[in-house]
Amino acid sequence: MDQLLRTYAGRPSIITECGNLGRELGIRLLLKREDLNHTGSHKINNVLGQALLAKRMGKHRLVAETGAGQHGVATATAAALMSMECKVYMGAVDVTRQALNVFRMKLLGAQVEAVESGSRTLKDAVNEAMRDWVATVETTHYCLGSVMGPHPYPWMVREFHRVVGEEARAQCIELLGDVPDVAVACVGGGSNAIGLFSGFVDDRTRLVGVEPAGGAAVGRGVPGVVHGMRSFLLQDEYGQVQEAHSISAGLDYPGVGPEHSHLASIGRAEYPNVTDSEVIDAFQLLARTEGIITALESAHALAWIVRAAPELAGRNVLMNLSGRGDKDVAQMMDVLGK
Amino acid sequence: MTAQAPGAMEVGFRAKRASGRKLLVPYVTGGLTGWQLAVRAAAAAGADAIEIGIPFSDPVMDGPIIQQASQRALEGGATPVSILREVRDLDVSVPLAVMTYYNTVHHAGPERFAAQLVAAGIAAAIVPDLPLEEAAPWCTAADAARVETVMLAAPTAPDDRLPRIAARARGFVYSVGLLGVTGERARLAASATALAARLKAITDVPVLVGVGVSNEAQAYEATRVADGVVMGASVVRRLMEAGPEAVGDYVAQVRAALDAH
Ligand SMILES: Cc1ncc(COP(=O)(O)O)c(C=O)c1O
Repeated sequence: MDQLLRTYAGRPSIITECGNLGRELGIRLLLKREDLNHTGSHKINNVLGQALLAKRMGKHRLVAETGAGQHGVATATAAALMSMECKVYMGAVDVTRQALNVFRMKLLGAQVEAVESGSRTLKDAVNEAMRDWVATVETTHYCLGSVMGPHPYPWMVREFHRVVGEEARAQCIELLGDVPDVAVACVGGGSNAIGLFSGFVDDRTRLVGVEPAGGAAVGRGVPGVVHGMRSFLLQDEYGQVQEAHSISAGLDYPGVGPEHSHLASIGRAEYPNVTDSEVIDAFQLLARTEGIITALESAHALAWIVRAAPELAGRNVLMNLSGRGDKDVAQMMDVLGK
Repeated sequence: MTAQAPGAMEVGFRAKRASGRKLLVPYVTGGLTGWQLAVRAAAAAGADAIEIGIPFSDPVMDGPIIQQASQRALEGGATPVSILREVRDLDVSVPLAVMTYYNTVHHAGPERFAAQLVAAGIAAAIVPDLPLEEAAPWCTAADAARVETVMLAAPTAPDDRLPRIAARARGFVYSVGLLGVTGERARLAASATALAARLKAITDVPVLVGVGVSNEAQAYEATRVADGVVMGASVVRRLMEAGPEAVGDYVAQVRAALDAH
């Protein structure tokens, strides 16, 4: 595993200090560059671990759900590397808005199935992956893409992403002589955030997980049970799961990993949410000031930092740049009318 | 594991089994157009109990037909409360069970949900996404309210798990017919009779095979070993395509096949 992370995924990922944007915001802004990993996001950390486990269990096929396509691409990549079959379920809405990643998965030899049920986004892709898995469990491993789902996934996926927080902690101490004042990450299911948080949860660092306003499970949900976990969940008065709505396919999910619900409940982490328009601004801001095109998911974390900058003045702020934005460029061309 | 006396549905099932009758439990999605008529037709055609689905937004155990039925019912405005209200008007003589997903129970709260079932005259509940390890809050509330909780056993369950499932089951043990979701299949899976035989060997609670039992011939085959069958997708498809009378005709056909044992 360590060798794969080093020689295949490209770990450790670097930390970039954003001098221009930091000055503009009046903070010291550090980015943990998960976008520079092979396949372009943090998702590869978890996938390499699960694919190795699947091999060890004698399974020769992987199924996965994907929203933005980053987890699907990472799973297809690991399947190609380890000579496994791969099928990725993706909501039909996301197949359209993340077309680049659909093509990448196909190039990598995976079969991509557009899911037409329900909201036709991430939640429904999870349903369909589970339905596949219950029928094929003897040959197939469900390579779940976030810190959610039934035990042991939330725990296992966190352990595979712990490397993000552990590296970042050592890098911050080297650079700042201290842990950061604030650690910020976007939250869909919550895997990149929990990976980052796990490096700092026992420190004084303030932990901030940023949800999309249209999918704020911690912010607006109540405890519920779906996909094999009990956690905050957007639901109606009868417990029907509600559809999330976010510009970012990777965060378009009405639930959240149970450990985030726990961290929120004990007050160790906070979960504000940002609007699509704040995200669009942050996406452009990072490109213009630092020459980095971020994934729309990660732009949520930056959008909160921009909003909170006045209260963060003079602080050291570490943000997880969970993925790169190539996949979002076509969608942003439409959004920005260019 | 309690020494609670069997509930009404289980007592009835045991008596019928003792008389040589194979048990037939059709499933109907509550809230679908014509669902109450379908339940009455099924009861009149020889069902031994009827399972009423309370539709859930994310039915992960269900294949396309019951997914579609659930979505239609929800779009038509069905809620757990509206369905249980309509259950009260059914006036059928066979026991009724509800099938729903755990969030419906969790959201209402186990005690309140159990009380709602009792008030509606429901005898039993089937909650397929509630694993044995997490079942205590619901099962305790259900036992106290005398709602029989049917437990599911999967073909992958190891031998040491089956007695624990059977000990927790009230009404009957739901012997899942295949690895996979609900829906019609061309053939009865070999796993259907294999699991039913394993269960029959370790429990005298009635054992019914459900999921993938798709027509009267498959029902006959499954009940060579099992005490009965639960039939879902083949019933619901008829209700959606042809209406409640077609459900009655179909249940009568299956009844006749089972009575040929
Ligand atoms: C770049 C990126 N960040 C974040 C996420 C959201 O997932 P999680 O909340 O599990 O980190 C995704 C999901 O697709 C993603 O592609």
